[in-house]
Amino acid sequence: MTVVDDRPETVAPAPRRRPNRLLALLRNSWRQLTSMRTALILLFLLAVAAIPGSVLPQRGISPEKVNEYFVDHPDWAPRLDRIGAFEVFGSVWFSAIYLLLFTSLIGCITPRLRDHVRALRSRPPAAPKRMARLPQHTVLPAPPGGVAAVAEVLRKRRWRVQVRGDEVSAEKGYLKETGNLLFHTSLIAVLIGVALGSWYGWSGNRLLVAGDDKAFCNTRQQYAEAKLGPRVDSADLPRFCLRLDDFEARFLESGQPDYFNAKVTVDGPDEPTRSANFSVNSPLRLKDASVYLLGHGYAPVIRYTDRFGNSQISDDPFLTTGDMGLTSEGLAAFPDANVDPATGQRAPDQQMAFTGIYLPTAPDQAPFARSLYPTERNPALNLVAYRGNLGRDAGIPGSVYQLDQRQVRTGKVKEVGTKLLRKGETWTLDDGATVEFLGTKRYVTLSVRHDPGATPLLVSCAVLLVGLMGSLFGRRRRVFFRVVPGDPGEGSPTSGSSLMEVGGLPRTDYPGFAEEFTQLVAAVKGDEPAAERSGVREGAE
Amino acid sequence: MSALSDNLVTFAILAYLVAMIGHAVEYALGNVRTRVATAAPVRELVTAGGGAAPTPPAPPASPPTSDRTAGRARLAGLIGVAATAVAAALHLAALVTRGLAADRMPWGNMYEFVLTVTFIGVAAWLVVLWKRQSLRKLGLFLTLVMVLLVATAELVLYVPIVPLVPALNSYWFIIHVSTIVFASGIFLLGVVPAVGFLMRNGYEQGKRSFPYTLAKRLPGAVGLERLTFALHAFAFPIFTFAVIAGAIWAEAAWGRPWGWDPKETWAFISWVVYAGYLHARATPSVRRNVATWIAVLGFLTMLMNLFGVNIFFTGLHSYGGLD
Ligand code: HEM
Repeated sequence: MTVVDDRPETVAPAPRRRPNRLLALLRNSWRQLTSMRTALILLFLLAVAAIPGSVLPQRGISPEKVNEYFVDHPDWAPRLDRIGAFEVFGSVWFSAIYLLLFTSLIGCITPRLRDHVRALRSRPPAAPKRMARLPQHTVLPAPPGGVAAVAEVLRKRRWRVQVRGDEVSAEKGYLKETGNLLFHTSLIAVLIGVALGSWYGWSGNRLLVAGDDKAFCNTRQQYAEAKLGPRVDSADLPRFCLRLDDFEARFLESGQPDYFNAKVTVDGPDEPTRSANFSVNSPLRLKDASVYLLGHGYAPVIRYTDRFGNSQISDDPFLTTGDMGLTSEGLAAFPDANVDPATGQRAPDQQMAFTGIYLPTAPDQAPFARSLYPTERNPALNLVAYRGNLGRDAGIPGSVYQLDQRQVRTGKVKEVGTKLLRKGETWTLDDGATVEFLGTKRYVTLSVRHDPGATPLLVSCAVLLVGLMGSLFGRRRRVFFRVVPGDPGEGSPTSGSSLMEVGGLPRTDYPGFAEEFTQLVAAVKGDEPAAERSGVREGAE
Repeated sequence: MSALSDNLVTFAILAYLVAMIGHAVEYALGNVRTRVATAAPVRELVTAGGGAAPTPPAPPASPPTSDRTAGRARLAGLIGVAATAVAAALHLAALVTRGLAADRMPWGNMYEFVLTVTFIGVAAWLVVLWKRQSLRKLGLFLTLVMVLLVATAELVLYVPIVPLVPALNSYWFIIHVSTIVFASGIFLLGVVPAVGFLMRNGYEQGKRSFPYTLAKRLPGAVGLERLTFALHAFAFPIFTFAVIAGAIWAEAAWGRPWGWDPKETWAFISWVVYAGYLHARATPSVRRNVATWIAVLGFLTMLMNLFGVNIFFTGLHSYGGLD
């Protein structure tokens, strides 16, 4: 792009000292690393290295897909895993590429920054001796005001002007280099913003069922999944609690979601007590955290009354299976069922659990496997009852949403019946116990996060953009004016009156420079008639 | 209204076809002129561009043997331009009616997205052409691209109108997508002079095998390269802005500005490749055709993001509309 490429060399000439082999090697490697060519190659590598991150499932995004991949490709997966192919963006090689690139970047812009500051402070250089060699060149009658008038015209047009005797040098378009440096520097700032976020940020995900008794507080234990940056301690989490008061969802006839709104009560030492609404795309912003609505579903309320007449209620959320109609699957477990009131003894092999599929809009006839619509037009709960030892007492952590299949396989838990329940219906089991489907509560899937790098990131992105535009659209160029004596040898009446030689030098690719130059020359000439009166012909070259 | 939009798309494709034929005729007649000038039998024309026949370098620029043929070639080219303008108007009308029918901006799914990107491309082309009429012969490549993409949109990607899901219903979404669409349209247009330059450059360096011979009647390589750069330099900051806007939207919708979802990953790849192009072009030791290849590669990554990612990968961007 360079018409005249006079970007300063990145490396100063080697000092005249005894050459030290190691030093020379180091200096050479550094020179290599900070060259544009290397930067180009590293950029390219970065792009290529990102590809597997989109082709292979990534742990950070979809851990369950990674597990699937392990099942589907038992031979390949462990090998890929060893080279970090399931965590590309945190892998050693990916990090190595971008760290090298940023080292190169720093090495590249530091000397340029120094040179640019120097250039900003210094004055435009003296005009070259032979201006005719410049890409733009013309000669015109010296304007009446001489160099002072020329300087005035240039200053008005925001050129940086230096007058030396009967010579004027002017330069414009420092914005290009300024912008370029700003752009590259803010790339570093972007990286720092990202690093801040991952060091000092934290996040947690959980489900929140509507209701007073379901409120949760912002502590690590309250999250199903929590990620704390390496510089964050559990005690640092801001103290607040959330309660879901209401959740509203509207859908189109096609089942496509149209509108969501979650109404919550915020409370806690670090937050004033208040009611607040939030939705997809408009998170709840707290002082040091934001709460995002990621999903929603139903928690069926099931009352189990055992053969002794003791009732218990389960309202655990059923997880959506990903279809349009919000078909959900879940578990209602009653580990404390069938305690004999006479003895007060628990019977470990008499625990009860129900796995179920909940259909907000069940079809009119079997199979009752898929819901037709996401709101509760015809709610039905398809339950399978199990009795036995649920395996929870053994201290093995079990999922809240799934029956421990080991217990089923070993026969410790036995299936005792299945039934489709409509809302309000009761099912009497073989031992006289009853199960009632009382209704549902709404729940939402929340992500609670804090990213202290977000604001620096946003600011550096804005600066990056401004710098980029300055760099791409700025154009550095110089013009020179010199008053020269008219050619006395011509013998014309004009001999003796002076001429002005003008030269122009675009320092970057700038197709429009010739036009600008012509306009500038015209402006300097001032009013045409005056020039004519002096009787000098144009184009004395 | 929706049916009207669909019909307008069909008419636009037909108009692009007419434009392409106009430009192709200009091309062919231009070849006749050269042939006549070099006293070759007119019949041989049919093989022109076939690649076998070596053509003498530097076709005579000034004295055409047949002014009538030259006039006709010019007329065909102008018809091509006029048909392109008509096609662009139909194209715009199709977008407007689609938007009215859907009661939102017409870029809610891949079909609409491609339709809008191609419209931006053709509109930008008309602007470029208006400023530099000498580039008219590139119209053949442009209309070819338009016919291919718009027809693909209609035949493969077509979906009936549906409203947006709430995740897409945000003003950052509108900013994000409109700028992505705009930048993509300019990048799309940028590919035309880029490929033209690569062929013309080869031709000017004396290559006379198949794709290079096509460039015989193209404008000079230097001008094509300049245009390539100008378009990319224009589109790159817009694309950068679009990606940033996307990150802002992603933060509000999903709680994180960047999560390496496949679509985000490919946007990153495209951005890095285009940055590489601008770098390469600014590096004196990198030849211009190498740099231009990087620009073409950049567009391939954009295509990958548009088609490949929507079709092959599942991500958060519930945007494909191809389930
Ligand atoms: C993090 C990686 C980098 C990215 C994404 C990047 C991106 C860019 C982009 C997009 C441009 C063109 C726009 C402009 O003129 O400002 C550019 C220009 C430039 N970059 Fe980089 N760059 C990176 C690293 C580097 C490094 C390591 C060097 C030094 C070797 C460097 C030196 C330059 C120079 C000198 C220009 C100006 C070229 C000119 O217009 O004359 N960049 N860079």
